[in-house]
Amino acid sequence: MIEFRGVRKQFPDGTVAVERVDLTLAPRSITVLVGSSGSGKTTLLRMVNRMVDPSEGQVRIDDVDVASVDPVKLRRSIGYVMQNGGLLPHRRVVDNIATVPVLRGEPKRAARARALELMDTVGLDRSLADKYPSQLSGGQQQRVGVARGLAVDPNILLMDEPFGAVDPIVRTELQDELLRLQRDLAKTVVFVTHDVDEAFRLGDRVVILRAGGVVVQDGTPAEILAAPADEFVGDFIGADRGRRVLRRANVGGREIVVDADGRPAGVLES
Amino acid sequence: MNWVWSNLDRIGELVVVHLALSVPPVILAFVISVPIGWAAWRFRWSRGLLLSVCGILYAIPSLPLLLTLPGLVGVPLRSPANMILALALYGVALMVRTAADAFGDVDGDVRLASTAMGFSAWRRFTGVELPLAGPGLLAGLRVVIVSTVSLATISAVIGVQSLGSLFTDGFQRNIPAEIWSGVIATMLIAVALDALAVLGGRLLMPWARAPRRRRRGIVEQELAEVGA
Repeated sequence: MIEFRGVRKQFPDGTVAVERVDLTLAPRSITVLVGSSGSGKTTLLRMVNRMVDPSEGQVRIDDVDVASVDPVKLRRSIGYVMQNGGLLPHRRVVDNIATVPVLRGEPKRAARARALELMDTVGLDRSLADKYPSQLSGGQQQRVGVARGLAVDPNILLMDEPFGAVDPIVRTELQDELLRLQRDLAKTVVFVTHDVDEAFRLGDRVVILRAGGVVVQDGTPAEILAAPADEFVGDFIGADRGRRVLRRANVGGREIVVDADGRPAGVLES
Repeated sequence: MNWVWSNLDRIGELVVVHLALSVPPVILAFVISVPIGWAAWRFRWSRGLLLSVCGILYAIPSLPLLLTLPGLVGVPLRSPANMILALALYGVALMVRTAADAFGDVDGDVRLASTAMGFSAWRRFTGVELPLAGPGLLAGLRVVIVSTVSLATISAVIGVQSLGSLFTDGFQRNIPAEIWSGVIATMLIAVALDALAVLGGRLLMPWARAPRRRRRGIVEQELAEVGA
């Protein structure tokens, strides 16, 4: 369980990235932090593994204040996946995946064997093991990033806009893959994105942040859609622009559903 | 040509001496420049100072430097040590800026990712920053190699043997072939050491030459296609 208690972050130049956030993230589920740039979502994420230390308040993991844990040790126990994979360009795929286990002192050979298994898990062909990241497609690189994040079988997986840089088709593929993995592995996932569709698709729970790091709404996707907390949320999730509004229409005696532009979206079953 | 054939032994001897005079300062310059370059990159406030100080070293004329060093560090004037020290200083002057730039070119995302994965500062330096700065460092090293091999010839002026001795001797005795063989041998050594550095780079950094799935030069390719 991850808890943010009265967490605030002000950077030395005076900008406030996060303004007094209280959040408790349920274990073994995906929490998505969503907001536009400057909403402090990445800052919040990075507080979990002490890439950023809060100016006020505490971040607790399983009732332990992370400020009391050595940051290097802490980071080695938490999976981290970022945009473009953040792969080490000078290491082969298999060594990239084995990075953290090797840092933790695991023998290289065992770490590599496990890395190969992880390639299966994330749907990468083992023949790519000896390639360098630059030789992979964007989607493949991202899968390597996920495999690397899972390499020490961490309880917590932090994902910072991991699918932001790939094309829409590959992104959907990767999202499906993540949901499938999550059904099997049940990690505590904190996922940051600026894409509301992605947030609703992946999140068991979605936390919407506004510029300046203020939480404006926090709930399941259905709850948020049903009752946007305020105009900002409504606007942000596109509800008031009609983007998420579906209407019934009758075509030849059969009820179908059309979207705001009148384009068919599906058939209605009673 | 006759002069060359009858003096091959002497030339060979000087080649060895010349190598002994130019390889140590190259290594010294590299080993000294990397941490200074890293510091200049890492601590932004120090960058201007470090780069200016190191750069100005190169402006010191070599003869006065060779005459001053013995007084400063206690090496004998007419010694290879004096020469090696001076050449190392020039090497540092050439190399520090390249080293700082090489570290600066390391992808910020990669550094961020390595921190997030739990690299300690030292492991990140040895395991990520140093290897990724490798291609830039190698480029700097190659300039230092060529420059040092060539500069080492001035040792003859202070009476330390090197291929430069062929110049001074050739001038005094008016033997053009001797001068030319000195010039050519110097250049051959420079080319050979440079090639060795390139080869070493390929062995140590195979990733830098891995064929890319998507070439960087897409824009160039498109420009060629539209005839611009």
